[in-house]
Amino acid sequence: MAGKVKWVTDIEKSVLINNFEKRGWVQVSENEDWNFYWMSVQTIRNVFSVETGYRLSDDQIVNHFPNHYELTRKDLMVKNIKRYRKELEKECSPLAEKDENGKYLYLDFVPVTYMLPADYNLFVEEFRKSSSSTWIMKPCGKAQGKGIFLINKLSQIKKWSRDSKTSTFVSQSSKEAYVISLYINNPLLIGGRKFDLRLYVLVSTYRPLRCYMYKLGFCRFCTVKYSPSTSELDNMFVHLTNVAIQKHGDDYNHIHGGKWTVSNLRLYLESTRGREVTSKLFDEIHWIIVQSLKAVAPVMNNDKHCFECYGYDIIIDDRLKPWLIEVNASPSLTSSTANDRILKYNLINDTLNIAVPNGEIPDCKWNKSPPKEVLGNYEILYDEELAQGDGADRDLRSRPGQSLGPKGSRSRDSGRSVLTTWK
Amino acid sequence: MLQEESDLSLIIAHIVQKLKSSNLYAQLERQAWGSWEKRILKSLNSMCSELSIPLARKRPVGEQKELLSKWNEMGTDEPDLSLFRPVYAPKDFLEVLINLRNPNYENGDSLSFRTHLGLIQVPLKVKDIPELKEFFVELSLNTGQLGIDDSTQVPPELFENEHVRIGQKVLAEEDSAAAQQYVRQGSPTALRAELWALILNISSQPEDALYYEQLKTNVIQHDLLVDSLIYKDVKLTASNDDYYFVFEDYLYQVLLCFSRDTSVLGHFAYNSASPPKSYIRGKLGLEEYAVFYPPNGVIPFHGFSMYVAPLCFLYHEPFKLYQMFREMYVRFFFRLHSISSHPSGIVSLCLLFETLLQTYLPQLFYHLREIGAQPLRISFKWMVRAFSGYLATDQLLLLWDRILGYNSLEILAVLAAAVFAFRAVNLMEVTSLAAAEAVLADLSTLKVMPLLQIFLFATVT
Repeated sequence: MAGKVKWVTDIEKSVLINNFEKRGWVQVSENEDWNFYWMSVQTIRNVFSVETGYRLSDDQIVNHFPNHYELTRKDLMVKNIKRYRKELEKECSPLAEKDENGKYLYLDFVPVTYMLPADYNLFVEEFRKSSSSTWIMKPCGKAQGKGIFLINKLSQIKKWSRDSKTSTFVSQSSKEAYVISLYINNPLLIGGRKFDLRLYVLVSTYRPLRCYMYKLGFCRFCTVKYSPSTSELDNMFVHLTNVAIQKHGDDYNHIHGGKWTVSNLRLYLESTRGREVTSKLFDEIHWIIVQSLKAVAPVMNNDKHCFECYGYDIIIDDRLKPWLIEVNASPSLTSSTANDRILKYNLINDTLNIAVPNGEIPDCKWNKSPPKEVLGNYEILYDEELAQGDGADRDLRSRPGQSLGPKGSRSRDSGRSVLTTWK
Repeated sequence: MLQEESDLSLIIAHIVQKLKSSNLYAQLERQAWGSWEKRILKSLNSMCSELSIPLARKRPVGEQKELLSKWNEMGTDEPDLSLFRPVYAPKDFLEVLINLRNPNYENGDSLSFRTHLGLIQVPLKVKDIPELKEFFVELSLNTGQLGIDDSTQVPPELFENEHVRIGQKVLAEEDSAAAQQYVRQGSPTALRAELWALILNISSQPEDALYYEQLKTNVIQHDLLVDSLIYKDVKLTASNDDYYFVFEDYLYQVLLCFSRDTSVLGHFAYNSASPPKSYIRGKLGLEEYAVFYPPNGVIPFHGFSMYVAPLCFLYHEPFKLYQMFREMYVRFFFRLHSISSHPSGIVSLCLLFETLLQTYLPQLFYHLREIGAQPLRISFKWMVRAFSGYLATDQLLLLWDRILGYNSLEILAVLAAAVFAFRAVNLMEVTSLAAAEAVLADLSTLKVMPLLQIFLFATVT
C-alpha cells in the first residue's frame, strides 16, 4: 500500500511547501490523518503537553523533539552544559581536564553566563572581578535579536538587583528571565566587520546520537564597522549579526544580504592565516557542536517520531577560538536573497530525504540509518553507533572535521588524543 | 641575502620586464590609442563641466579631518553618486578594437587571415594549440595540478603533500624564479600570498610603507573627480559581489591612493599608450601647464575595482595589498585595457580566442555568428577583467597562479575558449545573442583547471 504522504504545516514558507509538493505529497489539515507535520515550536508544545497532547502513531513524524528547549533556550542550554562538564569531572574523564587557571581545556566553549535574576549575586561577584568588561543581556525566550542589549555598568541592570533581594518576587514567567553572558568584545573581524556563523545541524536521534552537519553554512556580517568603544554599545548594527536586525540598516544589500559562505571563510582564513590553524578552528567548531548535543542527550525525550534541524550560532574570536552562542530550534526559513532561497530550499530537501526515507509514508520504527547517497549536502557529524564500532579506523567518518571541509583535517593529534574517548 | 644583492635582482627583474614588450605595430597603436584616449578624455571633461566639479581641488581642513577619521570605513558614508557615470565600459572599448585596421595591411598578405570571421581585424601572430601545448606544458594530463589533483577524492599522498613541501622549500630559499615555475602547477592556499609576493619581488620595506602613507595624505588633502568614479565603480561592482562585498573599504583605500601614485606612470614606457593629459585652468594647449590626470595616468573604467578585489583574500594589510595590486597592474592588468600588439595585450587575446574557437570548434563558431552572437561579444568582458567577478574566488586564484607562473595573460583567452567548448551543446541550441548570453551568464560553478586541461590536452584537434 503505497499511499501518498500527507503533510501539514503551520509555517507558511515556500521553501517548505515547494518541497512537499515536488514529492507529490498531499496537504491535509491537522485534524485529519497526517504523516508529516512541520510545526512551529508553539505547536510542538501542544502536541506533547499533558493536557492537550495526543499519542502519535507509527506513521507520523514531526520536526521537533518534545523538550528541544533543553538545548534551544539560552538558560537551559548553559545549565545542561555546566551539568555535563561537572559529570565528566566527577568521573575523571580526560575531556574535563582543566588548565592552570581552572579553565576547561576542551569544554570551554560557552561564554561565562549567569541566569537573572536567580544568579544575580554570583554575577555581581564575577562582574566586579573583571571591571572593564562588557556583558550582553538576552531574554531567554526570544529570538531574532529582540530585547538584547549590552551593559558595562551594574546600574544598567538595577531592575534585577532589586528583584533578587526581595523574597516576594513571584516566580518568573519565562518571558522575564534573562541570561547575561560575558560579551565577546574581540570577535574576529574581516574587512573590519563583525560576523557570526550560522550552521545547520540535523539530529535524527539522541540515543544513540546521530547528527549531520550541513556543508553549506554561512557567515552573517554586520553592515557597520565593528567598534568596541563604549559609545557604540547601543548601536545594534555594530554588535548584533541577526539578519532581522541588519536588514533595517542603511547599508543593507539585497543582493548578497551580507552573507558569506563558510567555504569563503575557509579560503580567506587559509590564505591569510595558514592551513593548520584554519583546520584546527573548523575541527573545534564541529567538536563544540557535538559536545553540546552530548550534553543534552541524557535529558532529551528521544521520541522516535521526532527529528530536528537546528540553527547553530557561533562566533569566532580574534584568537580563532569558536564560541557557541546559541542553538535555534526554528531557524529562519525566510529568504533574504536569491542565493538564500536556493540554500534553504536545498536544506529542507536534504533534511526531508534523511528524515522521511524515499519520500514514502514513514515508519517511526526504522533504524534511522539513511544510505550515504541521500545525504545531499549533509555530512555525518557524529554517529554514536559507528563510533562505538571496533577500532579508530572505523571511526574515521564519524569524527568531526574528517569528512568536512575541502579536505577535512589530517593532523588532529596534537593534544587531542582524548578524542578516542568519543566512543 | 645581502641587501645589495636583493636590490640588484630587483632592478634586473624590472629591466627584464621592460625589455619584454614588443613594439612592432607602434604607429598603428599610437593612432588607435590616440583617438580612443581623446574620446575618454572628452567624456571625462564633459562630465566635469556638466556637473560643475573640478577635476581636482584641495579639500578644506574640516573635510580633511573628517576623511581621516573615516579612512577605514569610507564605504558607509556615500556621497551622492547618481549623476556620475563610468567613463567607459568594456563594451565601448570592444567597439574600438573591432574597428582597428592596420593601414599597412593588404588583402593578399595572409591567406589564412582572410578567412578569419571574427570581430578582430588585425592580423597579429597568435599561438595555435600545438604551440599552446608546448607553452603550457606543465598543465598537461600527466602533471599534477592544484585545482584537480587536490580534490577530496584524491589521496593527498599522490601529489598534494609533496607539492606543498616543495612550495615551503621555495619560500624558505626565497627563490623568485623557482616560485614562478612552481605556481604553474598551482599554489597551495596557505602559501599563495607569500609566493605571489616572491614572484613579483615585493618585499615590504619601511620606505614602501612611508610611500603609501604619503599617498594617503595626498588623498586626504586633495579631492579628485576620479575619486567619485572609483567610488561609483566599487558601489556598482564589488559591493554587490557575493565574495568581495566584505572588503569594500579596502578597495577605496587602495584605489584612491593608486590614482595618485605617479610611480605608476613608469609603466607607460613599455605601454604603447600614453597617459591622458590635462591642462591647468586657462592654459589649454600650453605644454608647460600640462599635468597627467589622474596623476597615475590611469582612468578607471566600469569594473576596474575588480582587479583589486580578489587580492583582498590574500592580503589584509592595506599597504601590502596596495603594493601587490600596483605591481600586478603594471605587469599584467594594464594590458587588458590598452591597445598594443603584445601577445598578452587585449587585442592579441581577443584574436587568440576567436582563432581557437574558429579553428577547433568551427561548427559552434559559425552557428553563433549566424545568430548574431559573435563569441567575442560575450567573452570580452571576462578577459578584460581577468575573469574576476565571474569565477568563484578559489578558482580565480588558481587561474591567476598560472598568469604569474607563465608571465602571460594568454591563459585568459584559452580559458574563454574552453568555457565555450564546455557549454557547446547548449550553445548549439540557442537562437539569439540573448539566449547565448544566458547560457554563459553563470560561471561560478566552473572548475578552471579541468576545463583548461581538457581543452588543451584532451580534445581531438
